[in-house]
Amino acid sequence: MTLDVGSRVRVDDRWPERQGPAHIRTPHYLRGRRGKIVRYLGEFADPEQLAFNRPAQRRALYHVMFASADLWVDAEPADILVEIFDHWLVEEA
Amino acid sequence: MQSFEEERLLTAVVELLAEKGHVSASEIAERIAITDEASPRLGARLVAKAWLDPAFRQLLLADGSKAAESIGIMMRGVPPLGVLENTSDLHHLVVCTLCSCYPRAVLGYPPFWFKSPAYRARAVREPRAVLKSWGTALPSTTRIRVVDSTADYRWMVLPVRPAGTDGLNEDALAALVDEGDLIGVTIPSFDVAN
Repeated sequence: MTLDVGSRVRVDDRWPERQGPAHIRTPHYLRGRRGKIVRYLGEFADPEQLAFNRPAQRRALYHVMFASADLWVDAEPADILVEIFDHWLVEEA
Repeated sequence: MQSFEEERLLTAVVELLAEKGHVSASEIAERIAITDEASPRLGARLVAKAWLDPAFRQLLLADGSKAAESIGIMMRGVPPLGVLENTSDLHHLVVCTLCSCYPRAVLGYPPFWFKSPAYRARAVREPRAVLKSWGTALPSTTRIRVVDSTADYRWMVLPVRPAGTDGLNEDALAALVDEGDLIGVTIPSFDVAN
């Protein structure tokens, strides 16, 4: 665990699927968006490696909270709570 | 119904897995039996128990897998279960926008609509409209929290216990809870006249 509960984070604006076959568990609609760590969920084998039967590193998984208003201009007000692996999260100052 | 070709392919894969020592035919049969047996009745039982027993409720919210195991649900080898507590101020709606992650151990096979592109797209963007299409009207003061199930956990909703159910036992309470209530598209209700 490297990120504290309450930390402000940004989801990396990376698109590995543009470089070739990829298995990404970070939804498109969150790339580059800001959220907040609400819970550490444990360590799990990296699905991006597992999907290709490569040796999979264990990575910290977090529950990250977003506000729908920060994701879509026409969204209804709601919290959006999503599991995201730590290598997709950048801590904000 | 599987075609002859699919059946042959399946048999070949199962035999190879057994030959290489990955998994035996009896382990596969055991897993299929567990999956076939699982249904929303299991999730409803967890909910009814949590409504009646504060200590069980605490366990269920802290560690869903442990709570499920404590009532005899087989959780070995399945993803951890997370439980989301609804209150009068907060309502959870579960979706898997990427595919169809679903707490099969306690809810069984996902309903067809859970996997539909329409549900997956709409749940995150217009959850209140989705709830309305299910006939679920929540007060405007109730906050909606959409839980997008993207990784290793599987999520189930612990609904609010309906008013007027004070005297009901576990079986009667469990009978009030269905699949939609455990996903969050609906909420359990109780008709006092009954």
